[in-house]
Amino acid sequence: MIARFFLAGFDRRVALALIAVLAIGTVVPLLNLMLPASHVLHVPDYMVALIGKYLTFALLALSVDLVWGYCGILSLGHGAFFALGGYAMGMHLMREIGPRGVYGHPVLPDFMVFLNWKELPWYWHGFDQFWFAALMVVLAPGLLAFALGWFAFRSRVTGVYLSIITQAMTFALMLAFFRNDMGFGGNNGLTDFKDLLGFNLQAATTRAGLLAASSLALALGLLLASAIVGSRLGKVLVALRDAEGRARFLGYPVERYKLFVFTISAAMAGVAGALYVPQVGIINPGEFSPANSIEAVIWVALGGRGTLVGPLIGAGLVNYLKTYLTAAMPDAWLFALGGLFILVTLALPRGVLGLFDRDARRPRTAAVDPIPKAAE
Amino acid sequence: MSLTGALLYLNDVTVTFDGFRALNGLSLVIEPGEMRAIIGPNGAGKTTMMDVITGKTRADRGEVLFEGARDLTRLDEAEIAELGIGRKFQRPTVFDHHSVFDNLLLALKGPRSVWPTLLAPLRGAERQRIREIMEIVRLRGLAAEIAGNLSHGQKQWLEIGMLLAQDPKLMLVDEPVAGMTDAETAATAELLREINRTRSVIVVEHDMAFVRELDVKVSVLHEGSVLAEGSLEHVSADPRVIEVYLGR
Ligand SMILES: Nc1ncnc2c1ncn2[C@@H]1O[C@H](COP(=O)(O)OP(=O)(O)OP(=O)(O)O)[C@@H](O)[C@H]1O
Ligand SMILES: [Mg+2]
Repeated sequence: MIARFFLAGFDRRVALALIAVLAIGTVVPLLNLMLPASHVLHVPDYMVALIGKYLTFALLALSVDLVWGYCGILSLGHGAFFALGGYAMGMHLMREIGPRGVYGHPVLPDFMVFLNWKELPWYWHGFDQFWFAALMVVLAPGLLAFALGWFAFRSRVTGVYLSIITQAMTFALMLAFFRNDMGFGGNNGLTDFKDLLGFNLQAATTRAGLLAASSLALALGLLLASAIVGSRLGKVLVALRDAEGRARFLGYPVERYKLFVFTISAAMAGVAGALYVPQVGIINPGEFSPANSIEAVIWVALGGRGTLVGPLIGAGLVNYLKTYLTAAMPDAWLFALGGLFILVTLALPRGVLGLFDRDARRPRTAAVDPIPKAAE
Repeated sequence: MSLTGALLYLNDVTVTFDGFRALNGLSLVIEPGEMRAIIGPNGAGKTTMMDVITGKTRADRGEVLFEGARDLTRLDEAEIAELGIGRKFQRPTVFDHHSVFDNLLLALKGPRSVWPTLLAPLRGAERQRIREIMEIVRLRGLAAEIAGNLSHGQKQWLEIGMLLAQDPKLMLVDEPVAGMTDAETAATAELLREINRTRSVIVVEHDMAFVRELDVKVSVLHEGSVLAEGSLEHVSADPRVIEVYLGR
């Protein structure tokens, strides 16, 4: 039954994407570790870190597509779920430092010693255990999404109003995490990580391992998302996205469906954030910045909303461009992003993937109407 | 109180919008197995009557009894649908991005809550029932067609099919043939008569040729209440009806 569930949503496009993602996760680490630096095919360390980061962004994009593409919930707050997952991982990494901090305190992270704190706040307990942190990576964003969704969906908040609420949520969290007395390191955030599960985070092997883990997480996320989308529940999601009143009238408890997919998606974004943090070596409140959430939506729109695979491509393309442009012409990046978005909305309304998907009669396509409908 | 035998019993139903009486002491009785045509000029309250029956609009006064016992004015839309009252809206609303098959599957009686729909496989019996319905509503061979690509008439039929899939005891159909070709209109009349063999139907329609073809009892609505009732010949001969409606 499990196998049938996961295979229900499987199609050629998803299969190809899965193979590509897993290939990246194996080939890149091998080319990095096995070949000498002089070899033409050698992948330099900085590329490993970069590609690993892109993979986590792709997972974030996938989570946004699940709610926006298939359920019509335009979340402008998924960056917050990503950041919460990141903080949960960051807290574990801080505790892993142990007595090796600058101040050498056996338990307290440096910033707490610096703030003259005498003991660990209650919510930092348990994070010394990896399993606990891993649980929190999923639970913290999942529970927040559940709570927010519970109130918003039940009071039938939809469209732009919901988008605004999610923006407000991530903005409020950013302000909160900036405060020193919140106990999350204030505006410096959490950093100076040493190791994870005993592996030195600076080692090339660890970096390669993190990339492989990110690719595996993305592959599993894609498998789960395609199973959800291909199930009968997935059909209900698309139905309520396109005609909510009609779905309600057929007897579907629309709010529960939204809550389900919003929560799953938030947890997925949390996993992405947790894999992102050890690869970039820092998490700070800037990750809650409202612009981050909006950027994630742009990746999805660019790649092709409601296609699962498109958003992965969108995340990769935009971030590659960002890496390139912010180095070459730092001032041009935001204009390029805005221009790209306008270009795609006008010229490629169904995203990059729409180019390859001329056959609109394909039954499984849940592709959306050209102009993204924020409010309907 | 229980009204012997009647499937649907509207008594003195009044609905007011900002002081305007859309329904004004409307009373109507539908027998089990009956098909009733409702006609009346624009704004007569036909759609509002369906809104009241399906729980979309609350009545200010009056009662709406289903099967003699359940007062529909106290139930919400989902509960009323659950009781076995299905409705086709004036504007066809099918799920445009789903195939004909999936539209019918979603409408079919079956799991409605989150976990069962996540894990429910497609059962053979469901596939079978969907084929039957596609046959009835003249959409044979179009299972994989995306609903958004259907013609206007086919969308109306698909929606009727979705209603059938819910297996209601009473079907409310609002202006099914608006915008249809003559051939489609005739086919729809036949389709509704076919459906009427197994369940009761209320049809609202302006098209007189269509109503004549249905050949059932007609109620004429005017300014929110029933003006005349009987066969089409009978009501067409009624001078009050001619004045407000047919004679214009
Ligand atoms: N939600 C509403 N708010 C205000 N007025 C309404 C509302 N719904 C209906 N009305 C008014 O009530 C009257 C009856 O409307 P209704 O839609 O029931 O007419 P109808 O008989 O279905 O007409 P048609 O043949 O044009 O479909 C109309 O004058 C309409 O403007
Ligand atoms: Mg009407």
